Amino acid sequence: MRTTVGSMDATKTVPTGTQAPPRRAVIAAEALDDLLTALRMAGFEPVGPIVGAGAIVLDGLSSAADLPHGRGSATAPGSYRLTERADGAVFGHSGGPQSWKQFVHPARRRLFSADRDPATGDIALRDEAGDAVRPVTRYAFIGVRPCDLAAIRVLNQALRRAPEADDGPFIVAVECTEPGATCFCASAGTGPGCADRVGEFDLALVELDRRFLVTVGSARGDAILDAVPHSPVPGGLLETARSAVADAAGRMGRTLPATDLRVLLARTADAERWDDVASRCLTCGNCTMVCPTCFCTSVEDTTDLSGDHAERWESWDSCFDIDYSYIHGGSVRTSAKSRYRQWLTHKFGTWHDQFGTSGCVGCGRCIAWCPVGIDVTEELAALGDETTAAAPVADSDGAR
Amino acid sequence: MTTSPTHSMLPTRYRVTGNRRETADTHTLCLAPSDSPIPHFRGGQFTMLYVFGVGEIPLSISGSPLVGDDVLVHTVRAVGAVSAALCRAEPGTVVGVRGPFGTGWDVARARGRDLLFVAGGIGLAPLRPALLEALRARRDHGFITVIAGAKTPSEHLYGAEDESWLARGVTVLRTVDRLPPDSGPGQPEPWAGPVGLVTDLLPRLRLRPERTTAYLCGPEAMMTHTGTALMGLGMRPAEIEVSLERNMRCGVGMCGHCQLGPDFVCLDGPVTTLDHAEPLLAVREL
Repeated sequence: MRTTVGSMDATKTVPTGTQAPPRRAVIAAEALDDLLTALRMAGFEPVGPIVGAGAIVLDGLSSAADLPHGRGSATAPGSYRLTERADGAVFGHSGGPQSWKQFVHPARRRLFSADRDPATGDIALRDEAGDAVRPVTRYAFIGVRPCDLAAIRVLNQALRRAPEADDGPFIVAVECTEPGATCFCASAGTGPGCADRVGEFDLALVELDRRFLVTVGSARGDAILDAVPHSPVPGGLLETARSAVADAAGRMGRTLPATDLRVLLARTADAERWDDVASRCLTCGNCTMVCPTCFCTSVEDTTDLSGDHAERWESWDSCFDIDYSYIHGGSVRTSAKSRYRQWLTHKFGTWHDQFGTSGCVGCGRCIAWCPVGIDVTEELAALGDETTAAAPVADSDGAR
Repeated sequence: MTTSPTHSMLPTRYRVTGNRRETADTHTLCLAPSDSPIPHFRGGQFTMLYVFGVGEIPLSISGSPLVGDDVLVHTVRAVGAVSAALCRAEPGTVVGVRGPFGTGWDVARARGRDLLFVAGGIGLAPLRPALLEALRARRDHGFITVIAGAKTPSEHLYGAEDESWLARGVTVLRTVDRLPPDSGPGQPEPWAGPVGLVTDLLPRLRLRPERTTAYLCGPEAMMTHTGTALMGLGMRPAEIEVSLERNMRCGVGMCGHCQLGPDFVCLDGPVTTLDHAEPLLAVREL
């Protein structure tokens, strides 16, 4: 069921395309509390970045004070550290170890439970995850980076779900002015801005010195903005915001090779680079856990001690797990090389065949949380070099 | 977060109505629906079969797709906890069924053509629905040949059906990998047939490569070798169908496990043509 309440009717007020510029306004940093209150009043449960366990994690927000004011993050291959910021910025950090995947596609959930009548052996099955029994928590995601905004779209698509409609989570995106050293959204085509992706978000913010430029992306975003103290955009601020976001594109720590990765990966099944990366890869699966689009799951069937109550749980799985490809007789992919190749080839190559898009959004989490600092952009570049180096040989063969 | 197709993860209840022992470790189960039955299936498709509290496995359907009584027939080899539990299931046992999933054998396209079924071991079970479908319209087809390989004589499936297949003009060739010491003429496991791989029998066929469609099911190496041999005899890979096996957890392309290159075997397979499958199977550990 879609929520269509008065001015929240999506068809009437959503600014579309290039015909009409989206509604814009400015809110002060102090008004973030009003934003959270307005969202709560509209029935949303705000979740967003907080400092926890030495990192920026995602959790429920009771007030704007929970947000990581004045905290940043420094990332590098195999490294992530929290930093202090003198400017008090609220969203002055790049992606942490978690992503919105944990809300969109929870790490663990019960699919069904079953009870067996010990007398008759009959079984009663109870749906625990279908539409009819889905929990009614309506999240408001606060501080979704453009890369992660793309990730939510890619993830929903992989899970064969309709794009987030207006009964999905309320999305407050924050365009990126603080790319990290492991970031490469600019070359992945998902950031650092997202203001032109109206319809993917409800509100998009640019943080500018204790105030936020707000772009409205949906009818319900429009209604929420009405409930938050805001002011017109002063002359020049839009340009300042745009250039701050554009500058971020030039400060990405990483870049994807400027080649058709789908074509590249289709050619590199036998590349020597896979042996090289396999000599470093621990097949721990960290990259798949932190990846905001990795969607693979496994199921586990359990019973209680009586043996008459059973449940099936779904949980995240990783293509790096040796059991992942198990069929009777043994696993299909036993070598580290084949498991790394599966992950990278799926993410950047066959994802296109399956879903018409890349599976990578350029957030850089897999680089920072790889315990040995394997950098996907470096691996792809090396695969590209190896293919290019091999090409002339093929040409001369062809010429003979 | 909007639409969650998890209803496809909820099994439908079926009751075991029959359990016939085929070989030492293989049983054929008949299942009748307790709830409204799953949709109609095509030969070659599979279901996910759930044993209460034990788990769920993918199993090809081995009954006829043309019998309209909603009874599902599965031939199961006990190789793990779930399949062993299924083999032990007494009539009356309630199991869960999801499906049918995946692609099926395309027998209809082979109207007017010769059909060649080549099975390795339990691979005869997923082929059986296609054979039964072909026999239902026997005049639509030319020669129909079944080549079935098993490790030993006692491991052959559906041996009792050979007579009815022969009566319908099917050439049935059975071979074994080896003869155990107690088999052979006059022994407890009598065997007068050939000993060797299914591919050894191919040169004996009066194969008309231009007008034959082949259906292969068995271990991957058996299928690729048979496919290569058939192509060597002049068959086109697009006329050779194979049934692929990969790890399956969901059956609906969402758990990721069954990926083979760009394919989700549960959606794009298990049945596909060799021209599609061969380049994928040629990559080790793909």
